[in-house]
Formats: sequence, structure tokens, C-alpha cells
Amino acid sequence: MSEEPDLHFDTEGIKKKFMFLNRKAPYGTVYALEILEMVLISAAFEQHACITFVDDGVYQIVKGHDTKALNMKNFSPMYGVIEMEKEDADGDEDEDMVWRIIVEKESMEARGLTADNFSIDVEVLSSAELADVIEDMDVVLGG
Amino acid sequence: MLHMMNKSPFERNSLDSMIRLSKKGSPVLLLEDGVYAATKGTTVADQVTAMVGDHAVYVLGPDLQARAIGEDRLLDGVTVVDYGGFVDLVVEHGTTQSWL
Repeated sequence: MSEEPDLHFDTEGIKKKFMFLNRKAPYGTVYALEILEMVLISAAFEQHACITFVDDGVYQIVKGHDTKALNMKNFSPMYGVIEMEKEDADGDEDEDMVWRIIVEKESMEARGLTADNFSIDVEVLSSAELADVIEDMDVVLGG
Repeated sequence: MLHMMNKSPFERNSLDSMIRLSKKGSPVLLLEDGVYAATKGTTVADQVTAMVGDHAVYVLGPDLQARAIGEDRLLDGVTVVDYGGFVDLVVEHGTTQSWL
């Protein structure tokens, strides 16, 4: 019998800035769901995270998705979990963890949307402001 | 931050997004179908030429050869790298972003 692999990850004291860069609409492809799952998993590791929506990715957080007739899981309520995670990070002074939920203004406006169309509270940044944030990251995971 | 683009600029908006969301001075590597963006005479040639002014732009040689794109067809200022050069770019710049 082979030896059990060591599945203990020591992340104590390691803190990186992660960006999850969402660029695809939900349901048509699996990108949105895959990135959402990565964000939720990463919450356990207490890292800094920017959850960012650009291009068709802004459609992921539009209010009122109803996928019943498609016979697919409506995963949009899970973005509310991200928002709660962010609020926890903001509210806990002992925890050195910053989460931001960002939408690119140009992508939002190109699609006729405003921040009122979204199911969660977001920071709306211009392309130039967002480019600065991206440059500052340690890891960018996107699709 | 090394920005990489592997999709044709005629198929989707990856090139536009990369140009909009990358800081001046950060390097760009075009690979796979992204190499078509580096060719002369296309509808995106002006955009890519402007990008060459703001960024070091690299293109992956093996992907050019596979697509019969000779270096004479590349826009001025674009640098061809081989796989070793690709690795050097990743090592030098650490963080990468792939524009799919």
C-alpha cells in the first residue's frame, strides 16, 4: 500500500494579493463558475483578493438570473457569499485581509449597465485605475 | 506583470481588453493564435503599432512558423522569441496574466 500523501499546507504568515479576473458571461461557458469556485476555495486561505468583473464578466453579477427553464444551477446567489466574505474581512480588525469587488466602468457602460443593475455592491473603477490595481497583484487568475 | 494573449484579435476582444487594462511599460507576449495580431496590413495593425510604443511586444517564433508567418510580415518593433525566450520572460517578470 502506498503512503498517504501529506495534504497539510502551511500558509501561516504567507500573504499574497490575488486577483480573480472574470471576463466571460455566465452559463454560455464554464469559465464564470470555475472562477467562482476558485474564489470560494481561496477564502479559506485568508489571502488578499480582488474579485474583478470586466468585458462580458460584468453580466455574471446582474440581478435577477432565472435558470430554471435551462435546467442549470443558478449560481448567482453565490456572489452574495463573496460579498459576505468581503464584509467579514472589512469588519474584523484582527484579520489582515482585504477583499475588493471591482467592476470596470468602461465594460459596464458599453453594455448599457449601471451599478444599480448588480446584485452586490461593487467598486466601479476606470480602465486606467484598474490597470494600476492589476499591476500591483502577486497572482492573477482569469478567464 | 507579463501580459500574454493567445487568441486571434479577429475572433474576440482580448486584444482590446489587454491594451485597455495593461500598464504602459509592462511587456506583452503574443502566442498561439495571438501571433496574427503582430502581422502587417490587418485592421488591428494600427492598434498593435501603438502598443509597440508603450510596451515591449514579443511574439513566439514556433507559432509563427506553424502558421507560415515569415518575419518580413511582422509589424516593426515586434521581437521574436523562442521557447527559451518565453521562459526567460516569465522568470524575469514573475506575475503573468493570460488574455483568453
